[in-house]
Amino acid sequence: MEAAFVDPFVFRLAIFVLAIFVGYYVVWSVTPALHTPLMSVTNAISSVIIVGALISVGVQLGEAEGGIFAKGLGFVATALAAVNIFGGFLVTQRMLAMYKKKDR
Amino acid sequence: MLSANVTALLYLVSGVLFILALRGLSSPETSRQGNTYGMIGMTIAILTTLVSLEANNALTWGLIIVALVVGGGVGAVIARRIAMTQMPQLVAAFHSLVGLAAVLVAWGAFYSPEAFGIGSFLHIKVASLVEMSLGVAIGAITFSGSVIAFAKLNGNMSGAPIILPGRHVINALMALAIVGGIVFLCLDPANQSVELFLAITILSFIIGFLIIIPIGGADMPVVVSMLNSYSGWAAAGIGFTLGNLALIITGALVGSSGAILSYIMCKGMNRSFISVILGGFGADTSAAGAGHVETRPVKQGSADDAAFIMKNAGSVIIVPGYGMAVAQAQHALKEMADVLKEEGVKVSYAIHPVAGRMPGHMNVLLAEANVPYDEVFELEDINNQFSQADVAFVIGANDVTNPSAKTDPASPIFGMPVLDVEKAKTVLFVKRGMGSGYAGVENELFFRDNTMMLFADAKKMVEEIVKSL
Repeated sequence: MEAAFVDPFVFRLAIFVLAIFVGYYVVWSVTPALHTPLMSVTNAISSVIIVGALISVGVQLGEAEGGIFAKGLGFVATALAAVNIFGGFLVTQRMLAMYKKKDR
Repeated sequence: MLSANVTALLYLVSGVLFILALRGLSSPETSRQGNTYGMIGMTIAILTTLVSLEANNALTWGLIIVALVVGGGVGAVIARRIAMTQMPQLVAAFHSLVGLAAVLVAWGAFYSPEAFGIGSFLHIKVASLVEMSLGVAIGAITFSGSVIAFAKLNGNMSGAPIILPGRHVINALMALAIVGGIVFLCLDPANQSVELFLAITILSFIIGFLIIIPIGGADMPVVVSMLNSYSGWAAAGIGFTLGNLALIITGALVGSSGAILSYIMCKGMNRSFISVILGGFGADTSAAGAGHVETRPVKQGSADDAAFIMKNAGSVIIVPGYGMAVAQAQHALKEMADVLKEEGVKVSYAIHPVAGRMPGHMNVLLAEANVPYDEVFELEDINNQFSQADVAFVIGANDVTNPSAKTDPASPIFGMPVLDVEKAKTVLFVKRGMGSGYAGVENELFFRDNTMMLFADAKKMVEEIVKSL
């Protein structure tokens, strides 16, 4: 029998599945009053896709014929994700600052 | 250069910080701290990526800095300037950017697989190709769907559903074509081609448009939540391609968050997710009372009447809806509530889950007008208090107060949870005219003895009431 070897994909899948469960419980505990900030902050964090965009900008040119495309696409994607990151977190911050308790 | 293990651990840390960012939203007090965790997590993820770039040269850094400064600057300006009433369209626009970024990253990986460690051009590993294709398809659907949602919410496009003949057949065929294309692409390495990947992308863009076009304005809370969820799944697909833990965790979080919000919104309307997605709701107004013209009289009142009634009331429950957002009446409303409180009236707010155009829309607007959040209640927490309230002040809401949802099985909104405003001693109903609500259903409430209609623009009416108080 060959030595047991588990593809890294399986570990990633495990993390993915567990994170769905974490997300499920965490999001149910979010108060309905904050559902709009929830949407804007999930927007901001899903822009962590910027890591893929940065890798794409950072390709070594001349290595493969498609490198220049990858660089260009990565550049645009980085800019789009940056709009989202800054916009998303800042607008969330602005909204959250408005939620105040009754002053007694 | 960091070792692969350290890099992976740092991405894990940022994933955990993102979980904490969402966890913080369980209460307004902890939410600001949570947002800070989110920003730290994002910074860690970006820095980690930057130190491990393949081409560490001036061109790369120049491009990155320009992209971050321009994109970040635009984002910051938008975040500062946007009016709170425009949040639904802003969120839709942001979703479209995540979707488009996912598409572009997938294409970047397609052209330069070496940099992503997933093979070489047109010889991409099958597993990665599956993940990328799913990422590109979902990303493209998110993009085009969000663009339509944005146009509808922003008023660039009519909110009315646009029904194409045979749309279910067209959509089903296109979905089949996309799935078939992905299967074919991944089946044999010889099938990898730019044209096929492009065809999958384009078809996904088109189906995104077609899915959202037939969905009407008041179903937008579901659509926006659903697109939120899609943007998460698209990110997760790309995360698998990159083997990036931060992206995988975030994708899962956002995907489930959007799914839960969609579920809550559907429940708030007593509609199945499928029926919302199939669209067309609110298109035919013939649903109830077809062809029958309403002739029953309604009781009309003026601002002075309303002011008199509320001044002498012990408690007032305010029920805001989308109309309040349209008229920007939240600040005037707060002013009215303050005057009433000085008169010794107890004021609280009742929010229906689907009031407005996105989840939590009304809460944000009231918070903007400095209404303390502990005066604002959700449907299940306040519904039994209407029977003890002297006045229910309905402003810009309609279908969510319709008692026939409880009594008339023939009504299209039958079974939808509604606010029991009719149980209050007096119902003051601010409305522009006698038109029916979004669902095209006559509201029983208008003809009740204890209802007084205040026909005017919501903001003007509230301002006049403040004057007469």
